[in-house]
Amino acid sequence: MAVDTRVGQTIKHHDEEYKVIGTRPIRHDGLEKVTGEARYGSDINLPGQLHGKVLRSPHAHARIVSIDTSRAEALDGVRAVITSAAFPDPGDKLTGGGEAPGLPLKFKSANMLARGKVHYHGHAIAAVAAANPHVAAEALKLIDVEYEVLDPVLEVWDAMKSDAPVIIEDLYTARADGTTAEEPSNVAAEMLYEVGDVDAGFAEADLVVDREFTFGVVHQGYIETHNATAHWLKDGHLHVWCSSQGAFTIRQELADLLDHPITKIHVVPMEIGGGFGGKTTAYLEPLAALLSRQTGHPIKMAMDRADVLKATGPTPGGYVRVKLGVTNDGMITAGYANLAFDAGGYPGSVVGAGCRCVFAPYNMPNAKVEGFDVVVNKPKTHAYRAPGATHAEFASETVVDEICRTLDIDPVEFRLKNSAKEGDWQLAMPPYPRIGHIECMEAARDSAQWQTPLETAPGKKRGRGIASGFWFNIGFTSSVTAKLNSDGSVTLLEGSTDIGGTRTSIAMQFAETLGISVEDVDPIVADTDSVGQTDVTGGSRVTFATGLAAHNAANDMKDQIVEGLADLWDVAADSISHADGTFSANGKSATVGEAAGLLEEEGVFPIGKNTVTPTREGGAFAVHIADVEVDEETGKVEVLRYTAVQDAGVAIYPPYVEGQMQGGVVQGVGWALNEEYVYDDDGHLLNASLLDYRMPTALDVPNIETIIVEVPNPGHPYGVRGVGEVPIVPPPAAMANAIHDATGVRMSHLPMSPARVQAALAAEA
Amino acid sequence: MATVHIPTPMREATNGAARVEIEGATVREVVAGLEASYPGLGGRLVEDGQLRPGLSAFVDGANVGRRLRTRLQPESELFFVEALGGG
Amino acid sequence: MATEIQSGKVHVQTTINGESVDFLAEPRESLLEVLRDNLGLTGAKEGCNNGNCGACNVVMDGVLVNSCCVLSVEAAGASIETIEGVASPEGLHPLQQSFLENAALQCGVCTPGFIVAAKALLEENPDPTEYEVRWWLAGNLCRCTGYDKIVRAVLDAAERMRAEA
Repeated sequence: MAVDTRVGQTIKHHDEEYKVIGTRPIRHDGLEKVTGEARYGSDINLPGQLHGKVLRSPHAHARIVSIDTSRAEALDGVRAVITSAAFPDPGDKLTGGGEAPGLPLKFKSANMLARGKVHYHGHAIAAVAAANPHVAAEALKLIDVEYEVLDPVLEVWDAMKSDAPVIIEDLYTARADGTTAEEPSNVAAEMLYEVGDVDAGFAEADLVVDREFTFGVVHQGYIETHNATAHWLKDGHLHVWCSSQGAFTIRQELADLLDHPITKIHVVPMEIGGGFGGKTTAYLEPLAALLSRQTGHPIKMAMDRADVLKATGPTPGGYVRVKLGVTNDGMITAGYANLAFDAGGYPGSVVGAGCRCVFAPYNMPNAKVEGFDVVVNKPKTHAYRAPGATHAEFASETVVDEICRTLDIDPVEFRLKNSAKEGDWQLAMPPYPRIGHIECMEAARDSAQWQTPLETAPGKKRGRGIASGFWFNIGFTSSVTAKLNSDGSVTLLEGSTDIGGTRTSIAMQFAETLGISVEDVDPIVADTDSVGQTDVTGGSRVTFATGLAAHNAANDMKDQIVEGLADLWDVAADSISHADGTFSANGKSATVGEAAGLLEEEGVFPIGKNTVTPTREGGAFAVHIADVEVDEETGKVEVLRYTAVQDAGVAIYPPYVEGQMQGGVVQGVGWALNEEYVYDDDGHLLNASLLDYRMPTALDVPNIETIIVEVPNPGHPYGVRGVGEVPIVPPPAAMANAIHDATGVRMSHLPMSPARVQAALAAEA
Repeated sequence: MATVHIPTPMREATNGAARVEIEGATVREVVAGLEASYPGLGGRLVEDGQLRPGLSAFVDGANVGRRLRTRLQPESELFFVEALGGG
Repeated sequence: MATEIQSGKVHVQTTINGESVDFLAEPRESLLEVLRDNLGLTGAKEGCNNGNCGACNVVMDGVLVNSCCVLSVEAAGASIETIEGVASPEGLHPLQQSFLENAALQCGVCTPGFIVAAKALLEENPDPTEYEVRWWLAGNLCRCTGYDKIVRAVLDAAERMRAEA
């Protein structure tokens, strides 16, 4: 059966019918983006602007003995040079808002410009402002830095050894029980999550599979490099233009790092060229601000690609061990996992989230998971799409596949039998609410791909794999202000930077609630002075949380229209009904547009607004199927066919839900097959370019078939679950299981690059 | 009485109990009650009457973050969980 | 033509999107820098500055190039087409319309490069196969879409353009 994947399949587990939700309008900001008129961070130029550049460490681990900037300052065209001395002393303060509140501010400050010591190759040392970028680059070469080079430690298993060089001399492990270690080490934190009796669970098992996995560092790979433009006025007002995932987060970080009043900081979100978790924190913004304060001119800064790869936060490499016990009839009795992730040069990896996702698709009465956050001489790691989940579930879903093979149980049947469902155990969390893992697995089982036998070809090694994935999704805070115009159209101000069509998914929820068309809503991404608090575009939260704020704002506007009409029509407000965008009472009626006109004459202009911090995100599950062909000679793996199934709750804007699924799959395929930071023994990153850090091209992947499953999230009026992150979780495991199906070889490292697959095949033979 | 689920590594402070019952009409009152009843939890789950930085409270399945004024039902169930970020 | 003047800058005369354009550039400046910073044509984007991502694609004398790898002085006497010249006063190019209707963009930063590259493809091959589209666009990186909807949009536009031809 041919499947039209442009309009992918949707399988509904609800009876709701909507007018706007679920349709496929053209996105509001599309026109500017296909004509090149949309303005991204680097597209801004201000009068009198100077250009900034950053000097970066050539060493992975070194003490800074001295920095002499005098030769650089003397160069014609150079206007300012700053080092970490330009930052206020962070003291013992903790970071404020943002994604990881409560970490020592001194680490974040030292990651902006190194303080006394460099922690990784590419660590920022100094910044220069000059008349143009070329002069600034020349000036960097004139900054004399004397280093005392130290031994680097690059991998978590080395960094955790008792005789490892300690990177941060005053870092004492925060233990899981809340106590602190007495001796400094590279282990920033330990975590422990436990449920039931894991020893008793393993004793009940007929089969125990215990495997270890390792991971290279991967980067989010957004196409737009980091940039920032700042103008510090003489009265202390600081204006910043940047393409961050969160303008409010940047504002908070600037206030913390520069010890500057938040009311004086104004951040303007420009269009953003991808983020995937990598643009949730400041890098250049504080430097541009300080250089602007020093010179009195606006400062524009942009990283080149090598800077991005060397010195922004990739997602961790590390180690995962998974041990699962099952009975002969395929019931899981116990699970144990141990995860050690590299935090990079400063504490704070995503290992905790990984720990809590590792067994998430399954109902496991007995489980124990230990986690370690480990400092190494690599860039400070950050979130990447479902942070931590991909590593963790690559390991567990590979072990599940091995169990199915060993016991000769169908992998779909095994997962259905053991699936987590509403009310079941969730590690260190309240029991699951209504979730859709079973519905996704059934949809995968019934999919065209699963129902079509894998085509064999003489002399070709082909295989099929399946894997599940889970990610929590995040709520955080969102705000919307909606203004009713006199023609009945609505200008909708929202604070979420739009990375993939969310202006429209938010506007659609507003339109649905007020009963107008989505074309009559004009969604605007507003700056930090013009809309209420809105946290990062991340955690798959925008359509969920900012959409909820839009729904609430529409109801607020509706109430104001009703109040105005009640006055005008001289009826009680509660006698006015609202259906399909028409208000009526006592034989009188008015559409939203007519009401707007009537109210305008009375001098009434409704403004609906809402700030919301939703509390029930509703987790997201995905099930993916991969067909691959393995070239035995080269070890290259080709994806022949791919189906992604995902519970979207209710898909507000289906083409962009499909787009998130397809994009997540291809990022996951890149992680599975190619992408990895390559370091030499001294900790130099060897592949800091897009030629050598090889992301998938159009030629590397097939079309990605999508099946949206709709199991509404009871925590949202329209049933929304976030969709952005979970589709990156299953691909590596689905690919590994397919490679095993094709060759009989189990891969235990990501990426499963040609050389590694070839070596594994040779070892097997 | 609200039921508070104690994370495994902190159960030493509750003499091994995985769940404890604490009187309180709000999360704040329960947090104060926990600190008073189980001094060992001081500085681990709670610090000066506040949740330790980086922790979120879940009340009956709802993630209420650090909003300590959240009201509880007599049968409410509380979890204290490390806050998550996302990509 | 290009004339070196005293400041060390070079005076370059070229044609961009059918208009005659003059600019002064340092010999080390790339065409991408001049388009974006001197001429205000910011539709071409810098993603890598070494020819690996295609976000800066323009067409120079009929050849698809990465403008980050072309020195601006090489533009002298050439005819250059950028994303800003793809739509006409009458409306969008079928590729632009098709990208919108097929939801073939997410963050949109690679989109100008893809449209310029796809337009060059369809001028050379008005009826490409899916494989030919993927092969031609392999020089353009997109990190958001997984390429599926982009490839469909190009095939869809090709079909529309053939129908109109």
